[in-house]
Amino acid sequence: MEIKVVRNILEANDRIAAQNRDLFTEKGIYVLNLMGSPGAGKTSLLERTLEHLKKRRKIAVIEGDIETSRDAERIAHFNIPIVQINTGGACHLDGNMVRGSLAELSLDHLDLLIVENVGNLVCPAEFQFGENDRAMILSVTEGDDKPMKYPLMFQVSSVLLLNKVDLIPYLDFDMERFQADALKVNPKLQIMAVSCKTGEGLNAWFGWIEGQLA
Amino acid sequence: MHEFSVAESLLAIIEQEAASYGTAPVVAVKLRIGKLSGIVPDALRFAFSVLSEGRRTEGAALLIEEVPIQISCRACGRVSTVDDPFLLCPHCSGSEVELTGGRELEITEMEIADGNQSCQEHP
Repeated sequence: MEIKVVRNILEANDRIAAQNRDLFTEKGIYVLNLMGSPGAGKTSLLERTLEHLKKRRKIAVIEGDIETSRDAERIAHFNIPIVQINTGGACHLDGNMVRGSLAELSLDHLDLLIVENVGNLVCPAEFQFGENDRAMILSVTEGDDKPMKYPLMFQVSSVLLLNKVDLIPYLDFDMERFQADALKVNPKLQIMAVSCKTGEGLNAWFGWIEGQLA
Repeated sequence: MHEFSVAESLLAIIEQEAASYGTAPVVAVKLRIGKLSGIVPDALRFAFSVLSEGRRTEGAALLIEEVPIQISCRACGRVSTVDDPFLLCPHCSGSEVELTGGRELEITEMEIADGNQSCQEHP
């Protein structure tokens, strides 16, 4: 007996993501999913962003890591609400994990929620949790061939921050090839060359975020 | 990747849908898996077979249609099937494109062993 079914296998996560999204919309919160390889500079970018925006906007952060609360500790001095999720092994954050952490945050009067995803260039791209936008950060030390090798991550992101550009003189990083490849995989990708260490290029990032919050 | 968690979600959907059709085993399941879904068909088959042990889907065949990447171009209006994950129209090189296929991860049909089949097994 053949039975027509027609269901999206990931509907369970998609349903929770949609519920999260409804809640964020109701509370007027802009939610950013920040992704990138381990060591690309996600937490450093977060630090620079909090330094710049904290006085003007009410911000909260959800930190995702397999283990430790090091990232939460790094940004603790900003005195903003922070929730650290330890996945214990899961390689990405999903709708259910984010929903669970919302219980520890006061969502009223919040402008911006930044979720720093688990360091990983593969899996986070496959799972939404109700965010408005996805930003990815890639460091020049990872190589200029990554757009072709990890297309999905580049495709789901609205913004790509290319970090550690101050190290380019010491590397064989072909900026033209990198940008051409990244735009082939996602023509709408906004690429920003930055250095969280020196501050180079970060104004473009701050401008972009402020534009999303407006 | 995540074939194991996807297989678990798939099993939950099958068991939910099959609950209205008695207790006969599920012998086949048809899926559509897009090339950009991040799921590898063989890995999913393996995960599914492991998780199905002792369950209604034990031994079920996973018939997988691999859905190619399909792009619809707003500039020239053409819909193209492409091999590479480049979101550019292969006809006019335009970048105002929409991904209309390739991210699917869905179940479309399942086959449940019916009474006749059981009789054949035990003549």
